[in-house]
Order: sequence, then structure tokens, then C-alpha cells
Amino acid sequence: MEFVSIPSNDFLAILPEIGLLLLIGFTLLLGVFKKNDKNFLGWFVAIGLSLILVIKLGFLNPGSEQHSAWGGMLQVDAASYFFQIIIIIGAILTVLFSTNQNKFEFSADYLALLLASVIGMNLMAAASDLIMLYLAIETTSIPLYVLAGFMKKDQSSVESGLKYLFFGAMTSAIMLYGFSFLYGFSGDTNLFKISETISAGLIPMGIQILVLLMVVAGFGFKVSAFPFHFWAPDVYQGAPTPISGFLSTASKSAGFIVLMRFLMTTFSSNPQNWMVLVMILSTATMLVGNLLALLQKDLKRLLAYSSISHAGYILIGVASGSQLGFKAAMYYLLVYLFTNLAAFGVAHIVETQKGSSQISDLTGLIKSSPGLAFAFLISILSLSGIPPFGGFVSKILVFAAGIEAGMVWLVLVGVVNSFIGLFYYLNLLRTAFSSGEESEKLRISPSWSLALIICVLGIVVLGVVYTPWISWLNFASTNLISLR
Amino acid sequence: MGFPILSILIFIPLFAGIAILIFGRKKPEAIRPVALVAASLVLVLTFILWATYSIENAGYQFVEQFSWLPELGISYHLGVDGISIAMLVLTGLVVFTGVLVSWKINDRPEEFFAYLMFLATSVLGVFSSLDLFMLFFFLEIAVFPKYLMIVIWGSPQTRVYGGMKLTLYLFIGTMFAIVGSLAIYFVSPERSFDLLILEKAGFAASVQKLWFPFIFLGFAILGGIFPFHSWAPDGHVAAPTAISMLLAGVEMKVGVFAALRVAIMLLPEGARYWSTWILVLATINVVYGAFIAMIQKDFKYVIGFSSVSHMGLVLIGFASLNYNGLLGAGLQMFSHGVMTALFFSIVGMVYDQTHTRDIASLGGLAKKMPFAAFGFIIAGLVSMGMPGLSGFIAEIPIYMGAWQVAPIVAIIAIISIVITAAYILLTIRKVFFGELPAQYEASVHDISTKDKIAIGLLSLFMIGIGLLPQLMVPLIESGVNHILALLGGV
Repeated sequence: MEFVSIPSNDFLAILPEIGLLLLIGFTLLLGVFKKNDKNFLGWFVAIGLSLILVIKLGFLNPGSEQHSAWGGMLQVDAASYFFQIIIIIGAILTVLFSTNQNKFEFSADYLALLLASVIGMNLMAAASDLIMLYLAIETTSIPLYVLAGFMKKDQSSVESGLKYLFFGAMTSAIMLYGFSFLYGFSGDTNLFKISETISAGLIPMGIQILVLLMVVAGFGFKVSAFPFHFWAPDVYQGAPTPISGFLSTASKSAGFIVLMRFLMTTFSSNPQNWMVLVMILSTATMLVGNLLALLQKDLKRLLAYSSISHAGYILIGVASGSQLGFKAAMYYLLVYLFTNLAAFGVAHIVETQKGSSQISDLTGLIKSSPGLAFAFLISILSLSGIPPFGGFVSKILVFAAGIEAGMVWLVLVGVVNSFIGLFYYLNLLRTAFSSGEESEKLRISPSWSLALIICVLGIVVLGVVYTPWISWLNFASTNLISLR
Repeated sequence: MGFPILSILIFIPLFAGIAILIFGRKKPEAIRPVALVAASLVLVLTFILWATYSIENAGYQFVEQFSWLPELGISYHLGVDGISIAMLVLTGLVVFTGVLVSWKINDRPEEFFAYLMFLATSVLGVFSSLDLFMLFFFLEIAVFPKYLMIVIWGSPQTRVYGGMKLTLYLFIGTMFAIVGSLAIYFVSPERSFDLLILEKAGFAASVQKLWFPFIFLGFAILGGIFPFHSWAPDGHVAAPTAISMLLAGVEMKVGVFAALRVAIMLLPEGARYWSTWILVLATINVVYGAFIAMIQKDFKYVIGFSSVSHMGLVLIGFASLNYNGLLGAGLQMFSHGVMTALFFSIVGMVYDQTHTRDIASLGGLAKKMPFAAFGFIIAGLVSMGMPGLSGFIAEIPIYMGAWQVAPIVAIIAIISIVITAAYILLTIRKVFFGELPAQYEASVHDISTKDKIAIGLLSLFMIGIGLLPQLMVPLIESGVNHILALLGGV
């Protein structure tokens, strides 16, 4: 058709981002006129995002093709496509959870900031140039700093925003310093050009390792891997709960695609260095996350530590550096999106009505709101890797990738960790399913139940039906592997 | 392919459970009938399988296969051999009687019966899986119903501890088996999780020796192998009656069944290499379990430890790796399942009325509940291996098999029967005979008709198999012959 051929590849590559930008404009405009009907704004943005998602799913699927756009700034391939879909779905669910509450002022600013960070994440997923990468990461982070501190009257929220800002600023400065070495040695900012320089042996091994450490600091912050995880518990606990959920899923996914793409592209000629580094990070991240989760009394804080430990499991897949490994990591992130958003969603609903998110507030959930309790059950079981939910398959895939790559000891560390994890997850379930005294029925607004239903369906479908998603991931993982 | 009887068998309880969860709150009077109907259908279907399985043809029958994730060699593959049929019948019996004895549960019944149904699905699925991935899939579905049923309806003193201990042990066992299974998957020539393909894979001896312990021990933890047995008594005692029946009667069989199907059948070289160690551990199981059972003061713990002891016999049968041993092990899996279910159901009935499990404070209950006493005595005689009952048919081949490889093991195991007899007879005398304590004179009544049906049905099978071993022996034999062929005709 004539009109389809008009836009160039470059234009198509950022079509969803343009859509997001328009959506921000409309939202801010509508916000002026519809000051009193905030929930309308929420639905408007959710529907707008869904439209973008539909366009992306319907027309922009790259299949097995890959090409670069905007002069090598962006890489359009199945991997970026897949992660952009994860991010947009995450944003839709976050918006749905954010409506209908009075913990913080749900406004056009809030939505605009959220959408701005989605643009950043989408660009992160595709970035293949140091400049683009850095700009995308900052575009993602700065709105999120504000959102984490969005409950302006709540001290812990403001504190969490500030903490996130300081930690983020520090790690991105270190990362930028690492980038400067790469530019200095190769004279180029394009990842593929840098890769050529490295494989030509023009960068000494010592500098390579230094750069690796510095850059991983920046990405490790995004995925909350040890030792860059310190911000996560405080921020997740203090931030508005939907934002905590968003940070732990969409933002983490964006961090992982950047990590995988950067490592696979730049250090394609000698992957051993980063594999060892990622293995060490994975071990430490799993152990720290799970052991500290055992001590937690607050549900959001516990979920923060559990989210750190899950980053560790995903790193097993990354560390294997194989196609199966990347596939496993991506599948894990897809499942984790629905799973963790459901868990944070339940935490959010309990928190808005009981005033706090202590684990003991879950007592008697099965009596007061059985539906909510079962949504919680499903998300927690998926987190602990129990079938028929998605967490089971993703965990098996990650472990399989580890074993295929010959890292049996790392997988055994993972096994021990999932054992520790099961302990605290089961304790959560016991609390939620213990009888307790009769408590008031929790109010669940339609947007929340819609979001929870989507999450639960996602968890169950991903846990039972595999073939369609795995074949998508084949393209995505092949793209990443072929960057070598 | 024909009629998908196995899928129907597996999914009946699943859908019944979901229906109960959804509609049970609004129609509480329908919960129990729905559960009973589902359980009866399962029982009838397992009988049909038993009756129509062709022993002459042997091998895996009623096979169903659909691709699930072909890329990784995962398929939805169901099929049963003689041993699985026996296990399915056992499951049908225990689930059916479990529903009957749980009739009185009034605290959140919709959840109780739904979880019971989910547990049934998990177990039926494991016994009919011919795909390794599917086997783990079904095996781990059981985690949450088990845990929740113990911590919600279990005995208040120990349920939190017992439930957590049981679940964690079973989970870590499964995880180790998964690691071992993935390891052999990646060295198999044709990457597939299909058990029939893996059976023919012909793994190198070094691979078999390395990974056999992971898989075997991982699964054997579920069967209560020493020194990883302590979850069994603690967990079974903490659980509500129907769950104790299912856990000890069926869930422990799931463990040893998977150990047989995956570890021994896929890695026969490994099994031969490690068989001495299994024999040693299993012998400790038998003797140690029996001795500990003898000194228990708690009625339910006696049965809990007797399970540990009897599961040791199954493992001895496996480790002997010969015709007699494996045949006996298969029969013992069935016989012990029925027997333990009966034991635990009667313990539950006694506790419901007396509110104590302290053996010393019980007595003379045979006057009040003669049918329960009858059932307990039958189960006791089975556990002692009395001729004419199923226990005898099962245990004699195990001793014969053990004698062929290590006479000393057979001798020790046979001596342990004396200990078993001692604790069983002591328990029977103290609980059911002698003086009836005054406080029970008025409060204890005879058990309900449903309880009697449950006891009667389970007893019937133990007597039936004892008197007519030809009902079960050829069935198990057909499964054993296949295993022997894989073992290379040892």
C-alpha cells in the first residue's frame, strides 16, 4: 500500500515513542480541563498505551530482521521489540493500579512523568550507541526519581526519591567514565565500532576489565544486582507502591536488555571476562536478596529483596552467554512482569486500605477478600517457581541454561536459593490464608481488578502454554547472539 | 490414540476443585457431593484402567501424546505400565476414602476439598507422565495444597513447623532431581524429555554414576529415605487426617515411583554402581524406623515412623535390582499405601472423638468403635506381613530379592518384622483393648457409616490382594519385566 511505504525505517523505528510523546501532550492538556476527574485521565492513558501496544503488535513486528536506524543510534530487532512490549504492558498495568486512590495525588504530572520514563526505557531497549544509551538511561531515571518521591507529604517517599537520585547519579557517573575510556580508545561511540576496536586488540586487557566493571556498575544499579542493590529496599518501601512495581519489572527489564546487548556487542571477542563477572554478581545477588528477605517484616521491603534475588536468577541466564540463556532470561522477565506487578498490586491494595504494608496486615486476607487472596497466592507461587504458573518454567529454563553452559555449581547455588525463597514465600501465604479475626472487606476498584486479572491470566498462560512466546524469543535471542 | 482416559482421569479432580472454589461459597451444601462424585469417578476410571490394561502386551498403554514445547523436546505424553496402574488404583482408593473421612470438616470446606482435589490431580499426573518435564510439572503442583492444608487444618501445636518442614524437604528433593534430570537431558543424544526416548539414550557409565545420586536421592527424599526421613513423621502427624492418608499413602509412593522411573530406569548403570549404598540406607530405614516407632507415645507418630520403616522395604526391593526385589517393591508400594491410609484414617477417627493421641491415656476403644478396631487390626496384621494379607505377598519377594544380593540385609530386615509386630500389637492392645477410661464412656460413639465404608473398602483390598494375589502380581510383573530388560537382564 502506498501510504505505508511513505515513512522511512527511521521513522517507523521510533513510531511508538512518537505516540508516547503525543500521549504526554494530550494528557497534560486534558489534565488542565479535567482537573476533577483524575480517574478519567488514568483510563485515557491506559487506553492510549494499549493503542500503542496494539500498533506495535500488529504492524511493527520485525520478525527475524534486524537493522540499525538513525545512523546507528538504535538497533531495530526482535530483542528490542520484545522488551519494548514488556515495558509498555508494565506501564499499562502500573497506570491501572495508580488510579482510584488517595495515598498520593494522582495527576496529569504523574502520568506524564511515567510516560516519559517509558520513552526512555523503550530507547534503552534499542540503543546501540554510547550517547543514545546514556541519554536513554537518564531519560528513564530522572522521571523515576521524581515519581519515587511523589508522595510529597510522606517523608519516607521523599527520602526514597532522594536516595534513588543519589545512587543513580553516582552509578551513572561511573558508567559515563567507563564510556569515556571506550570512546577514547576507539574514537567512536557506536557499539559495533567499539567492538571492532576491541577485537582488533587495540584496548589493553586491564582497561577492558576496568571499563567492564564501571559500566556494569551503571547497569547493575538498574537491575538491582549486588553490590548496587542498596537503594532498592528503601526506594521500594518508600515510593508509591505502583511505582515500586514499575521499578521492579519494566525498569529492571530495560536494565537487562541494555546489559545483555552491551556485553554481547562490545565484548563479543572475549566474553570470558564478563561471564565470570556476571557469574559472581549472580551468586552474590541471589544470596544477599534471599537471606535479607528472611528478616523482613514489611511486605514491600520483602518484595524488594525478593526482586533483588530474582535479578540473581536472571543473571544465571545472562552468565551462560548462550542462546538458551538469553531466551531463559527474557522469558523470566516476561513472567516476572506479570508476577511481580500482581504481588505489588496486592501490596498496594492492602496498603491503601489498612494504612501500612506490614506482612501482618495480610492476616485473614482469605476471609475478607478471597479473590485478592487467590491472586496473591498465584503471584507468590509463581515467584517461588511452582507450576502451573510461569515462574516454574522460567526457573527451569534458567537452570537449564546454566547446566548447558557447564555452570552446575551456579545452578546449585540457585537451587539452594529457591529453597530459601520458598521458606519466606510460604510464610507469606500462611499469613494471608490464616483465618484471623473477621476483618472488613477490602474495596477493590474496577481498574485494580482489571489489572490483577490481566496479571493472573498472564501468569497462568505463560505457565502452561510455551510455544508461541518461545518462538518469538528465538528471534530475539538469535539477534543478540548474532551480534557477536 | 483412542479415548483420552488418562487425561480425563487427571483433569476431573482439577476441574472439580476449581468448581468447588468458585461456587462453594455460595452453595456450601454442594461442596462435599461434588468432591465425592469427582473422587468416585477417579476411582471408577482407575478400576477401568486396571481391568482393561492388557497384561499380555505389557508396556505403556493408553498412550496420549501432544507436542507441548517441541523445541526443547517437551511433550504432553501420558501412558501407564503395570506399576503405574497399581499406583493409580491406590490413588483412587485413597482420594475416595479421604473425601469420605473428611466429611465432617466444617472450617472453610470449599478450600479444603478443592485443595484435596488439586493434590489428587498432581499425584495422578505424576503416575501417568511419560515425559520428564511433565512429571516435575505435576509433582510440584502439589507444593501449595500440601502446605496450605497442613497449616490451615493441621493439628494446632505442630502444623506451622511440620508443614514447613515437609514442604521444604520435598521441594529441595525435587529441585536436586531437576538438576540431575537437566544434566542428563543435555548429554542425551536426542535432546528430549520424553522418558521413552531417554530410556534408549544409553548414557555413558560416567554420566550415569555422576548423576544417579542427584536424581535418586532427590526423589527418595520424597519417599523418606534415611537420613532425610524426619519430615515424614513430623509432617504426617501435623496434617489433617485425609492429608496424612494422601501424604503417607500416596505422596511417598510418588517419590519412590519417580526414583524408579527416572533414576533406575534411565540410569541402570548408575543404579548398579550405587545399589550397595541404597541397600545400606534402606536397611537403616527399616530398622531405625521400627525402633523409633516402638518408643513413641503419640498414636500418630507410631504410624508416621512405621511408614519410614516400611518405605525402607520398598527401597531395599529397588536396590536388589532383581526380579523378586522389584516385584516385591511394586506390591509393597500398593500394599503400604492402602495400609497407611487405613492406619491414618483410624487414628483420625479416634482423635476426633477422644481429642488425644497419647497412647497411655487411651484404651478399650474396641467396645465403642468395633469397626475401627477391626480395621486397625487388619492394617496391623498387614504391616507385620501376616500370610493371607497383602503385606505378606509384598514382603516375601523383597526378602527373597535381598537374599539374592546380600543375605545379611534380608536377615536384618526380617528381624525388624519382630519389632514391627511388637509395636503394632502393643499399640492395638493399649488403644483398643483393656479398660476404657471413664471420661470416654459417654463422649465416644461409634464411627459414622461413611467412615465404615472407608475402612471397609481399604480392608477389602488388603484382604483381597492377600487371598487373590493373581489380581495384582501379574500386573506389577509386567512392569518389572520391562525394568529388568532395561537393567540388562540381571
